[in-house]
Amino acid sequence: MHISYFTERPYRYVPNDMVIQNGFFGNPNKFFDPVKGGQLLNEYLDEKLLAEELGFDGVMLNEHHDTSFCMGSVMNVEASVLARITKKVKIALLGNPLPIVGNPLRLAEELAMIDMISGGRLISGWVRGGGSEQFASNANPAFNREYFNEAHEVVIKAWTEPGPTRYEGKHFHYRFIDPWVLPIQKPHPPIWIPGLLSPETVEWCAEHRYPYIALATFLPPTVDLWNFYRDAAAKHGYQVGTENFGYLQKVYVAETEEKAHEIAKYDMFGGAGIGYSLFGQPQWMFPPGYNSKQATQRIARQFSAPDAIIGSLWANAATGGAQSAQQTRQNISAAQVEHRSGIWGQTRESVESTRQQIFGSFPDVERQFQIICGTPKTVLPKIRKVLECLRPGIFFFWQNDGPIRREDRVNNIRLLGTEVVPAVREMGKELDLKSPFEVQPGSRRLPPSGKAESIGSLEPVAGLFSQA
Amino acid sequence: MAQGSQEWQEETLRVDQTDLQTIKGGTGRPLLVLHDELGHPGWLKWHSALARDHTLIIPLHPGYGRTAAPEWIRSIRDIAGLYSIMVREQKLAPLDVIGFSLGGWIAAEMAACNPDQFKRIVLVAASGIKPTEGELRDIFQMMAPDQLRNSVLDYENTPEFPNLFGGIGPEQFELWEDARAQTARLAWQPYMHNPSLDHLLGVVDTPTLLIWGKQDNFVPLNAGEIYQRSMRNARLVTFDQCGHRPEIEKLPDFLRETQNFLA
Repeated sequence: MHISYFTERPYRYVPNDMVIQNGFFGNPNKFFDPVKGGQLLNEYLDEKLLAEELGFDGVMLNEHHDTSFCMGSVMNVEASVLARITKKVKIALLGNPLPIVGNPLRLAEELAMIDMISGGRLISGWVRGGGSEQFASNANPAFNREYFNEAHEVVIKAWTEPGPTRYEGKHFHYRFIDPWVLPIQKPHPPIWIPGLLSPETVEWCAEHRYPYIALATFLPPTVDLWNFYRDAAAKHGYQVGTENFGYLQKVYVAETEEKAHEIAKYDMFGGAGIGYSLFGQPQWMFPPGYNSKQATQRIARQFSAPDAIIGSLWANAATGGAQSAQQTRQNISAAQVEHRSGIWGQTRESVESTRQQIFGSFPDVERQFQIICGTPKTVLPKIRKVLECLRPGIFFFWQNDGPIRREDRVNNIRLLGTEVVPAVREMGKELDLKSPFEVQPGSRRLPPSGKAESIGSLEPVAGLFSQA
Repeated sequence: MAQGSQEWQEETLRVDQTDLQTIKGGTGRPLLVLHDELGHPGWLKWHSALARDHTLIIPLHPGYGRTAAPEWIRSIRDIAGLYSIMVREQKLAPLDVIGFSLGGWIAAEMAACNPDQFKRIVLVAASGIKPTEGELRDIFQMMAPDQLRNSVLDYENTPEFPNLFGGIGPEQFELWEDARAQTARLAWQPYMHNPSLDHLLGVVDTPTLLIWGKQDNFVPLNAGEIYQRSMRNARLVTFDQCGHRPEIEKLPDFLRETQNFLA
């Protein structure tokens, strides 16, 4: 089992009311202070060092643009620093937003340099980028999938084919590919794909034998998508194993239950905390042509319902339409929508009452394991349930989003590293959760019957999801 | 398939290898009608009025929900090329054309490539040219219903506004999303304009009527002024207290000007 550490690296000093009103995208950057931001970025880098010191196998970065919830606008810069200052941990970049990078050959070079400087510790990953990110980079959302596919081809070609070579696609054109920086890892660094359960992406992963990392998604639809991957993998002639799957789990620990809850509650305001999938208002989340036809039909149906809860459709679209156990998100989202002007409804509810609704939803969030918090002793049985349910070979701890103080963040990591991670590692052994470093993804043969076996099951968490 | 009082029918024209869905209605000389970036808004009062003296030919743009988009169409000029093939194959030239917003841009591209295919040109709030005063509003930063409402100055007091597209329903929402996606494919960057268009329009001496709302906040009036300066024989008519849809916001004025011009 591979155990890694992740935080969104939020800019903590954002006016909370503004985010409650607008979501995380589209807020003016006059509220950003680069001095404070720089200090935070350094603290987050130091916290990665601490994670390494405490025995995590890896650290993970992600990238978002024009938002306070994640300062990793160019995560390759952070990864470059980590490549030099860390010694052992794998550096997972989940992921580079291929459709918005503009120049995938340069991306291939940047990543190659990170792999070289780190001595071959890079784990690459690709994402499509959120809807808002298409605006942030002026990347045509209607070509998002096409950009993604072509950029992926360019990167792999640059990494694996002897130069000089050539690529001429619909969108990207290179008549001379011959980079003099190449990854140490052969044929190329591992590639893991993070996502929010889009079936198209899962199918693509299965085809390429890339592990799929579910980003703190609800457990029932996650199990469904595991099975979807299983079937797609079978079509490509292999049996999935734990090495094909990763899961990102929010975990907060402190010396007492009360303290852990106090910190974890603030998570609801940070990271993707407010309603989880609410990066911004609908027009930022659904740029033209960005969604699949299927997702657009879902949006259309909900949009035209008399009492359309726009927030719920954001959540549904983000999770590929998975319906179960999303009421919490929907409630929060609906509360937010109340504040929006224009067609989404006039202001009908105060910021304060929305804040209370957000806090009020915490018990549901906790009950359904969207956030696990407590003392090291009390979080372990819950983590075990998640591991038994999803059987991931890769497990990311996600924490320290929202306006959480430095000492609490560090304490959190320290308790995780000293008391939780060792126990989780033992669970991984007991449950035989093999990582992609132990079993090559896609290398397992199908059973003689030809019928692929499932990896995940909801049985261990039965009762948690009454709607499931 | 005219049924009852329906004034139009839909037919399929095979152009190049594209099955172009086309609305046809009216009697008289052909008038090519090029719809805007949200799609064909339905048969409105101005359609009926112009259909008394013209046969309206309204191709539904490839990729805008009804006509499948061939892969090779990647710019507004490509659509202009497809329609030029249609005009030639249907032996319609020279004919009159009226284009609205993005449809006006298509008409302008057709004229710039081959001015002789048109007898008279009407451009209504046409995009395609970047104004030097004001900016082309980014329609991609709003959802379709907002886009529709913002296109007129005062939607609550525009009588025909609720008839546009037959209102908002799930099917229409999907069609709008198709239209917006295709507009993004064709006009995301440079945004809603072709930097060479004003130069290429220099050869066009076809009589042209430009109609603009003074308060158009999608394509500022200044773009209309540049169209006028770029073309050799263009007249610009403006309506006060009018946004991006003069054909419904100022219906009597719009009909007076277009009917006089096309008479």
